[in-house]
Amino acid sequence: MQVKEFKVKWGMVVDLDKCTGCGACMVACQAENNIAPVTEGSNKLRTLTWMLVYELSNGKDFPEHDIAYLPRPCMQCGKPSCSTVCPVVATTKDEEGGIVSQIYPRCIGCRYCMAACPYHARYFNWFDPVWPEGMDKTLNISTSVRPRGVVEKCTFCHHRFAAAKEKARMEGRDPMHLEEEDYIPACVEVCPTGAIVFGDLNNPEHKVAKLAKSRYAFRLLERLGTDPQVYYMSKREWVRRQGDNYLENEKTKGE
Amino acid sequence: MLDKEWIPEGVERCSFGKFIVWLGLIGAVLLWGLYATIKIFANGIGVTGLDNYFGFGLWITFDLAVIALGAGAFFSGFLKYIIRVDQLKNIINLAVIVGFICYSGAMLILTLDIGQPLRAWFGYWHPNVHSMLTEVIFCITCYCTVLIIEYIPLILENRKLNKIRFLHHLAHNFHVYMPLFAGIGTFLSTFHQGSLGGMYGVLFGRPFAFREGFFIWPWTFFLFVFSAIASGPAFTMLVATLMEVITGRKLVDYKTKALMGKIAGTLLGAYLFFKILDTWFWATDTLPRMGLTFDQMFNDVYGQWLLWAELGLCGIIPAILLIVPKFRNIPALLYIGAILDCIGVCINRFVFTVQTIALPVMPFDKWYSYTPNWAEWATTFEIIAYGALVLSLSYRYLPVFPQEKKLNS
Repeated sequence: MQVKEFKVKWGMVVDLDKCTGCGACMVACQAENNIAPVTEGSNKLRTLTWMLVYELSNGKDFPEHDIAYLPRPCMQCGKPSCSTVCPVVATTKDEEGGIVSQIYPRCIGCRYCMAACPYHARYFNWFDPVWPEGMDKTLNISTSVRPRGVVEKCTFCHHRFAAAKEKARMEGRDPMHLEEEDYIPACVEVCPTGAIVFGDLNNPEHKVAKLAKSRYAFRLLERLGTDPQVYYMSKREWVRRQGDNYLENEKTKGE
Repeated sequence: MLDKEWIPEGVERCSFGKFIVWLGLIGAVLLWGLYATIKIFANGIGVTGLDNYFGFGLWITFDLAVIALGAGAFFSGFLKYIIRVDQLKNIINLAVIVGFICYSGAMLILTLDIGQPLRAWFGYWHPNVHSMLTEVIFCITCYCTVLIIEYIPLILENRKLNKIRFLHHLAHNFHVYMPLFAGIGTFLSTFHQGSLGGMYGVLFGRPFAFREGFFIWPWTFFLFVFSAIASGPAFTMLVATLMEVITGRKLVDYKTKALMGKIAGTLLGAYLFFKILDTWFWATDTLPRMGLTFDQMFNDVYGQWLLWAELGLCGIIPAILLIVPKFRNIPALLYIGAILDCIGVCINRFVFTVQTIALPVMPFDKWYSYTPNWAEWATTFEIIAYGALVLSLSYRYLPVFPQEKKLNS
């Protein structure tokens, strides 16, 4: 399967040297997308966290010990491993911005997409969503609530994209040529250190397009050929090394 | 006794009371499974041991294994009706029943396994032509229908039913067209056995399963077909032997059993040749291109012993036992060979299902392990009990084994 390319390609660049691992992006994502809290939160393999912050370590002892935090949304792959396997076209590479969509009323819950995704970016609704009393009033009206038995994942807050296009149309602007600030996912908006930058990777005026070309930029598991639209950057070699499975004798990107 | 009127003419069966006790045992397991089924349908598959890492677990392993073991139906049908290996007529009825049980059982498990069972039909309504699973959905249901068509004439041959003139002629006509259905079944089954393997081989994000391929099919497509037809006949033969042990009667002559063993062994040998080549290429070419080594594919829980058990103990050894006539003609060795062959295919399906997703692909991720919980075991045993029930009723009331009278006279 060829990598799917579209005129507009929304992407993210996460500066891992700026990320403090505060988790604000996770919380913002949870609130923005009506992600239900699970009853048994201690089981991390059953929780729903579209945006998950991993802790990376260089594995050395103090004083050489160093850590980095890596926020992991859906990679919105150019060649998604998930959408080609879905038997019912519940997930597909979206022409509008190259966002990998997920149609909840179509999903049959076979979880083949979860088996296919090496990033563990897809989550299954193991139980019916239940919000603590009163918390249901805080639900975001722009986002659907998913039933039990379907797979869900980060959509780069696609509803915000839809709203931004609508606004642009109302103002007589081209909805396919949005400015950077027109459309920003919740995690990007809330990040206190500005570690996450979002925009059109195909638009040279957008900051992400420049950052993605940085010599320190890399993508997770690049050699698998998924062509993610999420880039990471770090000046620390050991961090870049953990972006892909480098063999011992291989040079890291950016060296 | 009413029961006696339904038993095939000239054969002996245990007393009705004894049969009821046997059915009671099967019923107890079925009830346990039914309880789990109700819990799962009512509360969702959150009651199982599956999680976001292991979306595939015991159920999918069981599905893949029984579908491989049920391949005796289509392959024996192919050999009997298309290639005209006449001796297989002694076991073909059983092969059809075992195939029907395996396929219908797999489909029953799948209704539990998907998160939205009421949307199961979406696979036909919104098919993704790029997905191997779509092909599996279509072929598996079509082939299950073929198996039902192949099973019906056997049911109609029941002593009482066959006295009804219309049903007698209907059964006869079904038999006349059986080579056609055997052909359709072979085509459908070959493709979905292959697609089950293809399902894993195309997972290019999962280094344990990903394989290069020929045209649109990864190697696993062909390896799954081969391994299924290398174990299916052996499994059918083992079921016949198990039934002999339970009933205390001779049902199939040893010559036919040895022939089934020979078929399985020959195919197992051919399969192993390609499987070993595939494993070598995967370890020395595919994995390094992904930045991984062979050793990284295994850990303490999912160790290399699984691979050596699959290829050596349950691969090369049974192949020798089943291919060499000297060994094959010793009953104990034939059965050991067949058992190892079947275990080997189960290990293969297990590692492709579980180890594939247990392996951490991101360098900073870690291994997880999976243990099925009671709900998965109960429903799995429910399907086994369902199979035992169908087999028991078929054996008691239908003329399954054409040699039974002669062998026990």
